[in-house]
Amino acid sequence: MAPSFDHLVEENLDDEEFDEDEVDISDLKQKYEVQLESGLDTFVVVDGLPTVDEAQKPKLVKFLLKKMNTVGRTREEQIYMPMGEDGKSMNFAFVEYSTKTEAAAAVRQLDMVPLDKRHTLRVNKFTDIEHYGREGKISENYTPPEIEPFHDQEHLRWFMADPSGRGRDQFVMYRGDSVGVFWNNDKDQPELIVDRPGWTETFVQWSPLGTYLTSVHAQGVQLWGGPSWTRQRRFAHPFVNMVAFSPNENYLVTWSNRPISIPDEGHPSLSLDDDGKNYVIWDVKTSKPLRSFAQLDVPAGPGEDLAARKPAKLPWPAFKWSSDDKYVARLTQGSAISVYELPRMNLLDKTTIKVEGVMDFEWAPATVQREGFKGHEQLLCYWTPEIGSNPAKVSLMSIPTKQVVRTLNLFSVSDAKLHWQSDGAYLCVKVDRHSKSKKSQATTLEIFRVKEKGVPVEVVDTIKDTVINFAWEPKGDRFVIITTTEPVGATAVPPKTSVSFFCPEKAKGNAVGNFKHLRTLDKKNSNAIYWSPKGRFVVVATVANTQSSDLDFFDLDFEGEKPESDKDLTANLQLMNTADHYGVTDVEWDPSGRFVATWASAWKHAMENGYHLYDFKGEQLREEPIEKFKQWQWRPRPATLLTKEEQKTIRKNLREYSRVFDQEDAERISSADVAVVEHRRRLLEEWYAWRAQVEEEIAEEREALGLPDVAQLLKEKTEGLAGNGEEQIIEEIVEEVLEETEEIVQ
Amino acid sequence: MRPILLSGHERALTQVKYNADGDLIFSTAKDQQICVWYAHNGERLGTYHGHQGAIWTVDVEPTSTLIASGSADNTIKLWDLKSGKCLKTWEFPTAVKRVEFNEDGTKLLGVTEKRMGHLGTIVVLDIKVDVDAEQSDEKAMTIVCDESKATVAGWSYLSKYIIAGHEDGSVSQYDAKTGDQLVNYNIHELGQPITDLQWAPDRSYFITASKDKTAKLITARDLEVLKTYTADTPMNSATITVKKDFVILGGGQAAMDVTRTSARQGKFEARFYHKIFEEEVGRVRGHFGPLNTVAADPTGKSYCSGGEDGYVRVHHFDKGYFDFMYEVERERMNRLNQEEQQRQQKEQKENKK
Repeated sequence: MAPSFDHLVEENLDDEEFDEDEVDISDLKQKYEVQLESGLDTFVVVDGLPTVDEAQKPKLVKFLLKKMNTVGRTREEQIYMPMGEDGKSMNFAFVEYSTKTEAAAAVRQLDMVPLDKRHTLRVNKFTDIEHYGREGKISENYTPPEIEPFHDQEHLRWFMADPSGRGRDQFVMYRGDSVGVFWNNDKDQPELIVDRPGWTETFVQWSPLGTYLTSVHAQGVQLWGGPSWTRQRRFAHPFVNMVAFSPNENYLVTWSNRPISIPDEGHPSLSLDDDGKNYVIWDVKTSKPLRSFAQLDVPAGPGEDLAARKPAKLPWPAFKWSSDDKYVARLTQGSAISVYELPRMNLLDKTTIKVEGVMDFEWAPATVQREGFKGHEQLLCYWTPEIGSNPAKVSLMSIPTKQVVRTLNLFSVSDAKLHWQSDGAYLCVKVDRHSKSKKSQATTLEIFRVKEKGVPVEVVDTIKDTVINFAWEPKGDRFVIITTTEPVGATAVPPKTSVSFFCPEKAKGNAVGNFKHLRTLDKKNSNAIYWSPKGRFVVVATVANTQSSDLDFFDLDFEGEKPESDKDLTANLQLMNTADHYGVTDVEWDPSGRFVATWASAWKHAMENGYHLYDFKGEQLREEPIEKFKQWQWRPRPATLLTKEEQKTIRKNLREYSRVFDQEDAERISSADVAVVEHRRRLLEEWYAWRAQVEEEIAEEREALGLPDVAQLLKEKTEGLAGNGEEQIIEEIVEEVLEETEEIVQ
Repeated sequence: MRPILLSGHERALTQVKYNADGDLIFSTAKDQQICVWYAHNGERLGTYHGHQGAIWTVDVEPTSTLIASGSADNTIKLWDLKSGKCLKTWEFPTAVKRVEFNEDGTKLLGVTEKRMGHLGTIVVLDIKVDVDAEQSDEKAMTIVCDESKATVAGWSYLSKYIIAGHEDGSVSQYDAKTGDQLVNYNIHELGQPITDLQWAPDRSYFITASKDKTAKLITARDLEVLKTYTADTPMNSATITVKKDFVILGGGQAAMDVTRTSARQGKFEARFYHKIFEEEVGRVRGHFGPLNTVAADPTGKSYCSGGEDGYVRVHHFDKGYFDFMYEVERERMNRLNQEEQQRQQKEQKENKK
């Protein structure tokens, strides 16, 4: 007979008395209890409703339905509002959605939404109420939350106080695998502050006001700061590729090309709602995520084959911040701009700004006070191409009113680029135009004078060639462009370029005159423009070019004699110096505008990696070849706290300050020189002392061993040779032809 | 001063060497002849024929009577310097990468390559400094390098030690009498071969060059690293100058890595460092391939370099070179001069008495 279960149990049971009921398995039961799909996931509980009676109830339900339908699908009969015994409603209702995700969306989007002045909606998942509100989960007694004792934080702006009292700037260098932060010591070896191997995995970045150093890892982004360089914040965005801060360091955008995938066991800071998203916007102070976004697919143009299309270059930064950190906007190319309000990250007026065909937009980099406008606004500018017979348009919009304050119509536009001046006073739109036959290209510059009444637009159309680079003078009103006759293509030798300078004409009073061409320098290779952050000085460079690597340092307010032809212009151009840094890939001014760092990064090529340091005049101070040199970045400084008047006083007394500084510098240099000389003197003494000792020892040993000296051997041989015969005299006759004439004798 | 370009070789140079008087330069290359040149004008005095393979090394006996050479044809040959006659050939199982006479020319060492089941060795041969004498067939001693093969070797002062540089970057000291290894230190970066070893005039210290982009000045007695000269490219050769406290380094991007990059990129320059301060003081351009070997004139008047490009360049130093001095050096010189003068005056006074 085959053994049956009954038999087995019978046979294998222990003899001992065994009472099943005595074993307490309630803890295991609780642990392994399967959460049955209760079907309640589609329910939400809406709290915070006004009190109504039976008569008013339908009206409220209707109103509520309208609200609830903005995020999902529900019906009137799926809203159940229980009534109390007194015939009044109990301020809450149950709502059933058709799917789970809709319910989740309702919780996310409708929670904390104001209904009217006195009532705010609270939306929770029904299962959450069950889950958290269950008997025993919440203690009957109130226990006050434990308040952690206050820890003194290090001063995050400590770097503004240079311990040497010289107002030096800091910079970060990423070379090999290690990241080091240094004080800039102009000619001398930079002073190391901190150096850590493997501090970052891909790159480092300062926050815009210099408070934090950002390191990027596979797990996310970390911010470091304070004098002891401790970790200040962590933002766990897995496989993050790019990081961008808001201008005032309040928020951070991280991007990864891999959509976020939340593991089953959860994620320390992101929730299931963030699954599949590429961008996360974080609050820097709390290090909490505010909202996440998926990548937008760039729509295919008409007639374009979707499969054949190359993956579009991702625009970065995708999220652009207004200068006051209050708004962040993203472009949906061709259709809309979405502006979100901070810190809640809700869409401004709950709707995107629909702009047909919109190609690009830029925020004004500063809060501009337009003439004749009172109140606070942020300006946004965008452009749309020609659609059918409609002209291309450049528009200036005021946020939050969404009012278009200025529009400019343009024809024959093939591309446009928007360039704001750093104060937001000017906006230059570089318009590439094609002729009717679309065969030739030309560029015009349309300059908006944003601060002037009615926002007048001035056109600079004297440029014949294609403009490949444009840069405004920071805080100024002059600009530099680089033009080329041929389009930059995949040619082996990049075409020659011309560098042109423009400035306004002299005008009466405070007005700024018309923009005029100042000078053009032809037959250059330059392709990049780097203005000093304080204006006036500009470096025009040839970067990432194997053939040439010139750095031209210009002064636009040269104090020497001004050419007669420029007497009506507000600039006096002078080439101060030309430097050459072979293989240069990047150039950066320090925040004070005193130094220029140029470097050849191993990210771009492996030739002569390292950096050079110049002063603003273009005089080379240092050069250091460093293997696997990757990155250099000056630590930015926050805006000055001095008032305009105080700055003016300083400028007035500059002579006195510089006298003190010059003296300090001289003292420091001479003391450093003394140290070097002292060191050398010691080395020299040590060396000769050692030599004397060694020579003596060897001589003694030689004598002891009875070995002959080499010089002695040589001497013997020479003497032997000399004995053989008398000295040989070698005569060398040198003939020199002084003049040669040829005559033909007839 | 204009360099003298010696273009007598058809292939990459392997070693250049001055004789003790500094009037002759010997050069070997991967073609099969040794050339000898007048140092002062670059005129070729003659060649030594006989080797059947690339010649790796040459050395001149201190009294300029004999020269020895080592070649890829697995032989060391001894030649009469004057007549060019081959006096003796020793055969080995593998190629000979380095030969060097000791300070009185009575001993010759040879470094043999590790290959085909043979370990690298350092052999010592007894030499009779006489053109007409019969040279012994026997090896006086053989040191086997079983850990890492020796790439270069040389005799210390008083022929007391044999110092060898190894492929793994270490330097060994052997007793020159018994052949016992006394010490072995990892001096250069691990795994970066030592490419050259040249002596100071009295052989109490030497300089090594390595692929680890540095050259080091080391004492013969304790193998103590005195100075380190850091370059930015692998180094093939280093030499110590007399008269001036400099060292000369030669190297550049390895020949096999040179592609279509410019000469600038290859760093084919001779680099001068101050011997005591370890600071680079100058560079001499000219070669269009890496420098395989550099040598300093024992009289301090010139230096020469041999490149992968097949040329030897001889540079005679001009006045600026001799005048160049660090402030502290000048200070020391003036002080010594003063002391000398005072001493002389004293002597004169005493003589008068």
